[in-house]
Amino acid sequence: MIDYNQVLNPDVVRIKPSGIRKFFDIAEQMEDVISLGVGEPDFPTPWHIRRAGIRSLEQSKTRYTSNWGLMQLRREINEFVGRKYGLSYDPETEIIVTVGGSEAIDGCIHAVVGPGDEVIIPQPSFVCYEPITTLVGGVPVIIETKAEDEFRLTPEQLRAAITPRTKALILPFPCNPTGAVMRREHLEAIAEVLKDTNIIVISDEIYAELTFGAVKHVSIAAIDGMRERTIVINGFSKTFSMTGWRLGYACGPAPIIQQMVKIHQYAIMCAPTLSQYAAVEALKNGDNDIADMLEKYDIRRRLIVNGFRRLGFACHEPQGAFYVFPSIQSTGLSSEEFCEQLLYSKRVALVPGTAFGQGGEGFIRASYCYSVDHLNTALARIEAFLDERKR
Amino acid sequence: MNLQLLNLLDENARRSVSELAVMTGLSEDEVRTEIAEMEREGLIRGYKAVIDWERLDSAYVSALIELRVTPQPDLGFEQIAERVMQYSEVETVYLMSGGYDLCVIVKGRTFQEVAMFVAKELATMPSVISTATHFVLRRYKELDVELCGSHSDDRRKMSL
Repeated sequence: MIDYNQVLNPDVVRIKPSGIRKFFDIAEQMEDVISLGVGEPDFPTPWHIRRAGIRSLEQSKTRYTSNWGLMQLRREINEFVGRKYGLSYDPETEIIVTVGGSEAIDGCIHAVVGPGDEVIIPQPSFVCYEPITTLVGGVPVIIETKAEDEFRLTPEQLRAAITPRTKALILPFPCNPTGAVMRREHLEAIAEVLKDTNIIVISDEIYAELTFGAVKHVSIAAIDGMRERTIVINGFSKTFSMTGWRLGYACGPAPIIQQMVKIHQYAIMCAPTLSQYAAVEALKNGDNDIADMLEKYDIRRRLIVNGFRRLGFACHEPQGAFYVFPSIQSTGLSSEEFCEQLLYSKRVALVPGTAFGQGGEGFIRASYCYSVDHLNTALARIEAFLDERKR
Repeated sequence: MNLQLLNLLDENARRSVSELAVMTGLSEDEVRTEIAEMEREGLIRGYKAVIDWERLDSAYVSALIELRVTPQPDLGFEQIAERVMQYSEVETVYLMSGGYDLCVIVKGRTFQEVAMFVAKELATMPSVISTATHFVLRRYKELDVELCGSHSDDRRKMSL
C-alpha cells in the first residue's frame, strides 16, 4: 500500500480547498435553489462568435497554433487594447494567448516570483493569487481593502506593505467580488508609490469591459512610467460571455512574456485553436455585444443594489464586474452563518465574503448574472428570511 | 421619448413604475410622466399578454394570408389596408416588399372558419387580385417570447 502522505507534495497538500466547496455541495443537492452564486455570464456566447468557431471546425483548423497563439489573434488583441485602453504591444514579442485569464495569472506569477519573494495581494479578491504565490515559494502579503475606501487599494496601504523583498503587486480591478474599480487618479497615486521600485504589477483586468457609467476602465499600464513594470491580464470569458472557451491573454514587456511562453509551451503547448478563431471574430466585431450586455448588467446592477439597500443592508455601489458585495453585519451573523442559514431555510445560494479572504468577513457576494425575474425572486426570498429572523 | 424605458416595457410591459425607476435610474414621477407622454404621442399603442393558445382545447388557429392587390390611384395601398384592418378576424396587416403586397394575419376558431373568411371577405374585395393562405401549424416564438421548450441554466450553482 502506498502511503500517499509520503508521496504527495506537501506544498500542494497544504493549499486550502476553495471556500465555497461546502456550500456548493449542499446547493448542488438541493431542488429549487435560487442561486446568485455564479461567477459567469448568463448570456450565451454571441452567435456570430460561435459561428466563427464552427467555421474553423468546418475548415479543419484543428492543429496546434504557435505557442504564443495565432498571430492574427495577437494582432487583434493589440488593436483591441489600443482602441479600448490606449495600450500598444508588439504582437511578435509582447502578447501571449493563454487558457483563460487564469493561466496567464499562473504563468505570470511563475515567471516573476521565486522562493521568499513577497507578493502583495489586495483582498477581498479572486481566489487564485494566494495559492499560486505559495506554490512557487513566494510569500503572500495581504492588504485588506476597506468598504470606506470603496474597496480600493490606497497608496498608503501599499507603501506600508512594501519591503525590500516585495517582488510583485497583484492589482485585481475591476474587482471580483467587491465590484470596486480604480479610476485614473487612484492608479496615478499607486504608480507614484511604485515608480522608483522594481516591483512588477500583475494587473488582472478580466472585468475591464464591465465598467459602468460614463468613465471607462483605465489600465495601470497606460499610466506614465508603468508600462515597463506591468503585465496586463485579460480574456474573453467575461467580456464576450465565453467562459467555456477557456481563452485569455497577457500583454507586457517582452522579457517577462518570453518567460511565460516557455512555461506555457511546456505545460499547455497552445490555447485551444477553435477558441482562438472564435476570439478573432469577437475582437473584430464584438463591440455591440459588449454594449448590449453592459446595458443589461447595468439595469440588473441598479435593481439588486436597490434591493439589498431596501432590505436594510449597507451596500456600496459596485462600479465594475457583475457582483454586489453588501454588508450583512446588521444581522449579527457571520458571512458563513448567513449564507448557510439562507441556503437551508430559503434555498438562496450566495457566496460568503470570506471565500475571498478574511477581509470579506461581514459581507456576502451576490452575482447579478441572472434575469431580472430571477433576481427579484431571490430578493423576495431573502426578505422572507429576514422577516422570519425578526420574529 | 426614453429608449431605455421603451426597451424595458417591450421586454415586459407589466413592470411596476417603482421597478422601472430603479432599473433606469429615473424617479418614479419621471417614469410616470415619460410613459404617459409616450402613450399620448401614440408611441406606445397598447399592452398585451403573450398567450400560448395551443394549451387550450378551444385553441385559435391563425393563418398568414398573402394578398396581391391593385393599388388605387393617389391612395396606393392605404385604402385597401384600412378596409382589411376593420375585420375583427384580422390580427395584423403589413405592407410588404417582394412577391405580394399585403401580409394579413387572420385568427379564427377553425381552419374552415379562417378559409371561409378569406374566400368570402378578402378574396372578393374589388382590388384584390389573388390570395394565398398559409396556416400556422406551430408557434415556437412570438414577440420575443419562447413558446416551446425551455432553456435551462446549465451553469453550476456556484463558482468563484
